[in-house]
Amino acid sequence: MIEDIELETLINEIYEYYGFDFSSYSRASLKRRVNRLIHLDGFAHFHEFLSRVRYDPEYYKHMVDEITVNVTEMFRDPSFYAVVRNEILPLLGTKPFIRLWHAGCSTGEEVYSMAIMLKEAGLLHKSLIYATDINATVLETAKKGIFPLRMMKEYSENYRDAGGQEDFSNYYIANYGIAKFNEELAEKMVFSQHNLVSDTSFNEFDLILCRNVLIYFDNDLQKRVINLFDESLSVLGFLALGTKETIKYSIPMSKYKQLDKEKIWRKVK
Amino acid sequence: MEESKIISGCKVVIIGGSAGSLNALMQILPDLSQLNGFAVVIVLHRKSTDDQTLEELIALKSNITVKIVEDKVPLVPGCIYVAPSNYHLLFERNDTLSLDISEKINYSRPSIDVSFESASEIYGETLVGILLSGSNTDGTYGLKAIKAAGGTIVVQNPTVAEMPFMPHNAILNTSPDFVLDNQEILELLRSINI
Repeated sequence: MIEDIELETLINEIYEYYGFDFSSYSRASLKRRVNRLIHLDGFAHFHEFLSRVRYDPEYYKHMVDEITVNVTEMFRDPSFYAVVRNEILPLLGTKPFIRLWHAGCSTGEEVYSMAIMLKEAGLLHKSLIYATDINATVLETAKKGIFPLRMMKEYSENYRDAGGQEDFSNYYIANYGIAKFNEELAEKMVFSQHNLVSDTSFNEFDLILCRNVLIYFDNDLQKRVINLFDESLSVLGFLALGTKETIKYSIPMSKYKQLDKEKIWRKVK
Repeated sequence: MEESKIISGCKVVIIGGSAGSLNALMQILPDLSQLNGFAVVIVLHRKSTDDQTLEELIALKSNITVKIVEDKVPLVPGCIYVAPSNYHLLFERNDTLSLDISEKINYSRPSIDVSFESASEIYGETLVGILLSGSNTDGTYGLKAIKAAGGTIVVQNPTVAEMPFMPHNAILNTSPDFVLDNQEILELLRSINI
């Protein structure tokens, strides 16, 4: 493992050279990611890695892609999606137009999951799904809607567990190990780069989803991001987090009402 | 042997296990009335769809408070924490736990190696790591990290483990301070910080 002081040096140098601020990221995870990358890319010493990051902007981009965690899946936590399908979409459906924001969408698996549910609820045509991430590489993957075919068995099980009734394989075309999702699903998606550490609110939304992103941030940054979401939510809009994340340390709970057991809060004032 | 078992200044005991380790825990935890100034963190391989049945089971069988792990939960001495399914469990400098959904390690999330290594970084010689029954190699690398950081490592005696592969692999590849059966693990836990 690299030393704590080396990690702090890296964070400072990245900020100085590239203006990107990792100082509010949870250290335990960040340290593991940096350590993993140093081993994967075969650096013998931390200082070799550090100087490569400094002088090679392409390598810096590769480093950001690798140390930010981009693991995601379709219909992760089916019980969460069942609540969205059964309780939230019917409420959103009463609106003339529905705006959604997937913050930290990674390669887009959850965005396509949402589009499938909106389509099945007959709401996709009047929805607009903003999907953002700091990482441009994963956004390119998300735009294409191409996911590994070997994952489809698990995803179709998740889909069914989340209350899906259709034949899941109707939503994609399988070819040479990949599953390409129907383009119609992506018609209402807008992908763009957005940095939760430093960027501001850019629209008002009825549903904001940010699942398993806050776990990589320290308490101060979590507070900033939750307040950014609060500014970006319409009254009676919904905020959805990962199953082990909470807003309770970040914002007065009188403003929000939690739904059932899931990590979904409704802005009540 | 008895004399050398005294462990003092311990802040955290981390217990890892896979197949067969729940039964071992059920023989150890119910007879433990309190934790003397340290927290227990349990990292078991469990199905990704698991809800909180494991936490509820341990809470039901134990007299010790079981805290539900959410991101950045403070680690309080005297309590038991269980790694949630489908996340890696990590340790922060400010005595909080954090979570991570990065790639599975040893086909596992939570991975015992990941949590053991992270705990060793923060708690060094004030950490005790215990590896129980299981049928893969997860945990061995983590025990090495704990040992290298000055902590104490304990392995369940493979002859009493339901699945001896995991503790056996650890014994072959590390130098455990203790190899104990379930009753001896209970006695060790009772003796810590006395």
